Amino acid sequence: MGTHAIEVKDVRFSYYKTLILEDVSFTLEHGDFLGIIGPNGGGKTTLLKLLLGMLKPDRGVIKILGEPPHDARHRVGYVPQNIDFNISFPISVMEIALMGRLHRSRIGRWYSRKDRLKAEGVLKRVGMWDYGHMPIGKLSGGQRQRVFIARALATDPEILFLDEPTASVDPEFEINLYDFLRELNKKVTIVVITHDIGAISRDVKSMACVNRRLVFHGEGKITDEMVNMAYQCPVDLIAHGMPHRVLPLHGDK
Amino acid sequence: MWDALQFEFMRNALFAGVLVSISCGIIGTLVVVNRIVFISGGIAHAAYGGIGLALFTGFPPTLGAALFAVAVSMIMGAVSLKSKHRADTIIGVLWAVGMAFGIILIDLTPGYNVDLMSYLFGSILAVPKTDILFMIPLDIVILLITVFLYKEFIAMSYDEEFAFVVGIPVRLLYLVLLCMTALSVVMIIRVVGLILVIALLTIPPYIAEKYTGSLGEMMVLSVFLGILFTLTGLWLSYNYDFTSGATIIMVAGVAFFISQAADMIKGLAPRNN
Repeated sequence: MGTHAIEVKDVRFSYYKTLILEDVSFTLEHGDFLGIIGPNGGGKTTLLKLLLGMLKPDRGVIKILGEPPHDARHRVGYVPQNIDFNISFPISVMEIALMGRLHRSRIGRWYSRKDRLKAEGVLKRVGMWDYGHMPIGKLSGGQRQRVFIARALATDPEILFLDEPTASVDPEFEINLYDFLRELNKKVTIVVITHDIGAISRDVKSMACVNRRLVFHGEGKITDEMVNMAYQCPVDLIAHGMPHRVLPLHGDK
Repeated sequence: MWDALQFEFMRNALFAGVLVSISCGIIGTLVVVNRIVFISGGIAHAAYGGIGLALFTGFPPTLGAALFAVAVSMIMGAVSLKSKHRADTIIGVLWAVGMAFGIILIDLTPGYNVDLMSYLFGSILAVPKTDILFMIPLDIVILLITVFLYKEFIAMSYDEEFAFVVGIPVRLLYLVLLCMTALSVVMIIRVVGLILVIALLTIPPYIAEKYTGSLGEMMVLSVFLGILFTLTGLWLSYNYDFTSGATIIMVAGVAFFISQAADMIKGLAPRNN
């Protein structure tokens, strides 16, 4: 393909003079499955928003599929962190899945038959087609999460971003979700933010830890060091401001 | 009521009530789900500045109010997009200053003693035919824009971030919504006055939201509730000689409390699984 899935070079971002991210650089290849971990307030969601083009870096370059994030928007899918918003909004499961078919070039036209078939397909894929006419507010957290995944898939993404996908779902669904993502990963590059390291470590191919700076581990399989990093990284970065310096010392858990 | 229809002012009032309810139901729904009730109130009050400016310069007041309201809504929209953390304060300032500006300009207008009360509380019984001729195209434009951009409005209202991520120009869409809100608000001022605009804009959608499953249904039900409230209010105010705008709002308010009470009773009732 020639291009990388994601290319981030020397990115720095601050919000109202507070430095959130600095010296962030990494490259992700097509077909990768990246887990991003890090402490709360460490900049995980900010990094995701930069990758999605919702925020612009102060400095540095971000390329998504070889394009600036703004131009690659229609080629990526996004599952938001908070799925509990607007619970009383009068909207059906089908209407939410259809949102994935929105496109700048189709503004002003109603959804086509093709769009509806696509939405039906992705809802079937996540097992939510039977709930198509239900209002979103009547569903459980796990069911809602599936609908949001379906919506992201309806965009036919080349990269799928998920922000804390297991934050508000039951443990059983969590296992299903990672099985589902592993299967999906055969075709789609996946980036998932989580603080739930246990579940993620089995499935990810690469891992990054974000706490103002970013440490990227691109190994194909999960090493002990990576699992250690997953658990240690937040603590160590907060305590010492320098990644992994004390990892060996704290390794005796 | 029926014999009252022989009077032209009564027929105009009926027309105005229905026409305003149409835009009110559509725009009110979008205002409620996008949580821009405060901006709508700000636009309504600041629009008085436009009325003052129009009277001072000899411009038709409704047109003056409409242009001024659109300008103010664009400023408020820009403020709420740029400086989110203090947007409500700035909107509050524009709200008050716009109104004060209008009152001073009317003070400065020689020989013109405007009836402030009719703008504060509306005067549906005194709606001239020219205003109705202004309302019809406005309703059509609002209806067309809403149908045309329906799926984009749903996306923006439900999940602005996702809409942005898939490439919908949400900021532009937001400004279009504010612009339509400004124009509707100017129409609503004729019926219930600028103080009561928020109530007529928000009560019908708030009730409708509970009984509908989509934004479109919510809009349609809001339109019918709006017509019911305005016409019932109009009938009461004609028969008992109440201030029309306040009566319409009281009818809407009673419906609001009834629907709230019905909810509470439903919540208290034992659930049979």
